[in-house]
Amino acid sequence: MHVQALIIGGGVTGAGLARDLAMRGVRCLLVERSDLNAGASGGNHGLLHSGARYVSNDKISAIECRDEAAILKKIAPQCVEDTGGLFVAVKGDDENYIADFPNLCAQCGITVKELSVPEALEMEYRLSKDTTAVYEVNDASVDPFRLTLENTSHAESLGSIFIKHTKVEGFTLGRNAITHVHCRNQLTGAREIIQADQVINAAGAWAGEIARMADISIPMLFSKGSLLITQTRLTDRVINRLRPPSDGDLFVPGGTVSILGTTSVSIEDLATIRPEIDEIDLLVDQGVEMIPALQDARYIRAYAGVRPLLQPKDGDSGRSVSRGFHVFDHEEDGVTNFVTITGGKLTTYRLMAEKAADLVCQKLAIDIPCRTAEAVLPACGEHEWTIPGQAPRLWLKKQDPTDLIICECEMVPKSGVDQICQLLTTENGKPTLQGISLRSRLGKGSCQGAFCGIRATAHLYEREILEKSDGLRDLRQFIENRWKGQTTILWDGQLAQAELQEAIYCGLFGLEIEE
Amino acid sequence: MKESEPITCDVAIIGAGMAGMASALYAANRGLNTVLIGRTNGATTFASGLLDLLGVYPIEQKKKRLHPWKGMAELVAECPEHPFAMIPQSAIREAFAELLEFLKLEGLDYCGGADKNHEVITALGTSKPTYLIPRSMLEGARAFREGRPCLLIDFHGMREYSARQITSVLSKKWPALRSERIEFPEALMGGELYTTSMADSLESAALRTKIAEAAREIRKENEVVGFPAILGLKSARKVFADLQTQIGAPIFEIPTLPPSVPGLRLKEAFESYLPKIGARFLPFFFVSEARKTGDGGFELTAGGESHHGLVRSRAVILATGRFLGKGLLAERRAIRETVFNLPVYQPGNRKDWHREHFFDPEGHAVNRCGLVVDNLFRPVGKNETPAFQTLFAVGSILAHQDWARTKSGAGLAIATAYQAVNACRVELGK
Repeated sequence: MHVQALIIGGGVTGAGLARDLAMRGVRCLLVERSDLNAGASGGNHGLLHSGARYVSNDKISAIECRDEAAILKKIAPQCVEDTGGLFVAVKGDDENYIADFPNLCAQCGITVKELSVPEALEMEYRLSKDTTAVYEVNDASVDPFRLTLENTSHAESLGSIFIKHTKVEGFTLGRNAITHVHCRNQLTGAREIIQADQVINAAGAWAGEIARMADISIPMLFSKGSLLITQTRLTDRVINRLRPPSDGDLFVPGGTVSILGTTSVSIEDLATIRPEIDEIDLLVDQGVEMIPALQDARYIRAYAGVRPLLQPKDGDSGRSVSRGFHVFDHEEDGVTNFVTITGGKLTTYRLMAEKAADLVCQKLAIDIPCRTAEAVLPACGEHEWTIPGQAPRLWLKKQDPTDLIICECEMVPKSGVDQICQLLTTENGKPTLQGISLRSRLGKGSCQGAFCGIRATAHLYEREILEKSDGLRDLRQFIENRWKGQTTILWDGQLAQAELQEAIYCGLFGLEIEE
Repeated sequence: MKESEPITCDVAIIGAGMAGMASALYAANRGLNTVLIGRTNGATTFASGLLDLLGVYPIEQKKKRLHPWKGMAELVAECPEHPFAMIPQSAIREAFAELLEFLKLEGLDYCGGADKNHEVITALGTSKPTYLIPRSMLEGARAFREGRPCLLIDFHGMREYSARQITSVLSKKWPALRSERIEFPEALMGGELYTTSMADSLESAALRTKIAEAAREIRKENEVVGFPAILGLKSARKVFADLQTQIGAPIFEIPTLPPSVPGLRLKEAFESYLPKIGARFLPFFFVSEARKTGDGGFELTAGGESHHGLVRSRAVILATGRFLGKGLLAERRAIRETVFNLPVYQPGNRKDWHREHFFDPEGHAVNRCGLVVDNLFRPVGKNETPAFQTLFAVGSILAHQDWARTKSGAGLAIATAYQAVNACRVELGK
C-alpha cells in the first residue's frame, strides 16, 4: 500500500492531523494499534482549559489553552459544553497565590472575574461553606471521544483511511528516509507493509517507542493521572482549586456525571496503567475540601491516563514539566520523511496537528495553509450516541416501541447498537462490546455493564454477529475491562453493585469456570 | 407517622432473603412465636430457583463437582472455619427435606437430593452444577446429559434471553440442539417482554393453547422442548403439566437473569405458607435500632416510610445478607455490620479486598468477610465469645465462605438457618 502521509496513533492528535492534511488534499492513512483514544485521549478530564490553571507555572501552555479553547468552542460546538469555570480557595489555602492569581492571569491575557463567596454559593450550592475566595473563568467541558470521531469522520469523507487494531512493528530505513513501514493486524495476525511519502509519529506516550524504530531517541517522562467519575453531575461548572497546581484540584462536569481528578505519579512502564487505591482516597479527601458532598457521593468508575511529557533539561518532577508540545523534524536525525508530534494537552490538539501538518506539507511541497482554526468540524449523526443524555432523547423522539432498550442506565436502544455495529463492520473492525461501548454510553452507567453486557450479547447473537463461544469471551472481556475501573472504588453502593455482578456472573452463570 | 402496637415474639428474624425465610419456616414449624422482618418484600426475588449446595471446589482449580457431599467433605476438612464445617451432613439433608416438604405443599416440586448434582444449562449458554431443581427443569438436565434432540423456543421482545445464543454457545457440547424465536401471543407488537409478565400470562389456559399450537408446528419428531423460565407463577405445577400435555413431548424451562420467575415462585410459596404456620411477615420494615433488654431479650425499632413500631423478642436471628442486602456496609477504610455493629472479619486494607481480575479463579477476599460465629451460629463479639446469648446469624453474612464461587447459595442459607433455629430453640428452652 502506498500513501502520501502515514499517521501513527489514533488519539485526538492523530485524528486532528488526518483531518488537517485531508483538508489540504493530502491522502492520509491513519493506523492505530488498538481502538480510538487508547492513550491519553481516552484517559483525561475532558477539560477545555481556560488556561488559568497554568498561569503560575507554565505561561506558554496557559496562552495556548486560552486561544485553542476559544477556537474549539467555535469550530466544534457539538463536542463542547460551555460550562464556565470557577477557581475556589478554601480556609487554609495559600494566601499569596490567591492574591497573585488575578495578575498572573492578566499577564497571560486570561479573563478572570472575582466573585463574592455568597454569589459563588448561589451559583454552585455544593461549594464548601469554608470557601474564602472565588474567581470565574472560561473553562468548558469537551467530549474527547466525539472529538476524535468527528475528526476522523471528516478526514474519511475527504478520502483518508483509518485502520484500527494495526500495530506498527518496525521501519525499513533507506539512505535517509523510511522506505517501508511494517504493520501487523492485532486481530488476524496478518502483516501489512506500507510505503508512505511522509511518516508522522502521533503516538503520544508511545512516541519514543515508535521513534526508536528509526534509531531515534526522544527522551520522555510519563506521568500517570487518575480520575474518578460520580454517578450524577454535582456542579454546573468546572471547579478548580485556587492554589499552586496539586492533586485533586479539578472537578469537571461531563454531561450527566462529574469527574474528580487528578494525580501525577511518575511511571516507567506503560503496559499497565491503572488507578491505585491510595490515589483514589487522596482524590476524595482533597475533593471533599472544595465540595463536601464528595464524601458520600456514589462513584461509578475510576480510570487513569498517561501524560506524554518531554523530558526537561533539569530534574523536574512530572507536574512541573511543561505541558507544552514539540514537533520534531527528524531530518535533523538523518531521516528526512519522518516527523514526531508529542507532549501537549487535549485542549491544544488542533494546534499540535496544525504545526505538524505545516511541516509535513512543507516536505510534500504543498503550499496550502491550515484552515482548521476557522473551518467548522462537521457534526456526524452517528456519533451522537457518545453524548450523555442524548440516547434517551433520540429514543423518545422515534417513538418506536420495538426499539428495545439495551442499556437501561444510559438508555442505549437496539437501533443505537445496530448503527454502531454497522459502523464498526464497515470500518473493517469487528463489532465487540468494547467497541460499542467506546462509541456510545453502553456500560458507562451505574451498573457498569453488568446488565447491558448480557443484553447486548444476546442482541449480537440474535443479529448473528456472534457465533459459538465468541460472545462469552467478548462478554468476559467487556466485564474485565469495566472491572479495571471498579477495583479502587468498591465501597458502599458500588460494592453492592459488584456483589450483584458476582452473584449473576459467577453464582448463577458460572462464567468464571467456563472454558 | 403511624405507630403500631409493640409486637412480642420468641424469635425475630431480620432479613427476608432465603436464609431469613427458611429460618422463619423452621422456627414456626418448631412452635416458636416467629416474626420475620424484611427491609424489602423479600430478596428471594433474586434467587434463581435452583437450590445449590456445592457445585465447585476447590474454586482456584475451577473444579466442578458431580458429587456435592464428597466435595463438601473435602471442603470442611480443608476449611474448618467454613460455616458448613459446623453442620453435620445429616443435618443439611434434614434441612433440605423439611424445606422440600413445605414447597411441595405449596405446589412446587423439586427434584434431586440424593448424591449427585444436576448440570443445568443457563440463559447464557453456560452450564452449572446444582443440587435441587424444580421439576420443570428436570428434562433439560437429562436432555443435556444425553445430548437429546432438543428445540429451544423463545420470543420476540426478550432482551436478556436468546435461544439462538444458547444454541450457538452449546453447538459443540450439544449438537442436536436448535432454536426458534416466535411471537408471544397477545404481546404488544414487538414490544418489550418480561419473564414475570409472561409467566403470569401463561396462567391462562387459552394462551397456553396458542403457545402449544405454535410449538407443535415447529417441533420435529423426537425433540424435547425448552423454554425460558416462564412456565407459570402461582400455579406452576398445573401450567407445566398442561403445556407439556398439549405439546405432546417433554418440556423444560431454563433459569434466567434475576428477577427470575422460579425465584419468585419460592418467595410466593414462603409468603403463602408462613402465615399458615403462625409466622408473621413484616415486609418493608427496616430495623433502625436494636437494643438488648434487661431480661436477656431484644427490642428492635423497625419501620418504613409511613409506619414504625417496636418488636420485642427473646431471640434474634440476623439474616440480613451482605452489601446488597445491607447487612454489611463498606466504608472506604472498613466494613461494618449494620444492625448490632458486631465485629466483622475482614482484610486489613481495601487494597486486599479485590483481585485485579474480576473472574480470577481465587475469588475476592472481601466476599469471604463477614460475621464469625460459634458452633451454635452465634456471632462473636470483641472478645471472641458470643456477643449475645440468643443472637444468631445465618446465611451469606457469615465469614469464611464464598457462596457465589462454590455455588452454595441456597444450601448455605438453608443449612445455617436450620442449625441456628435448632440452637435457638435449645437456648430459649433454658
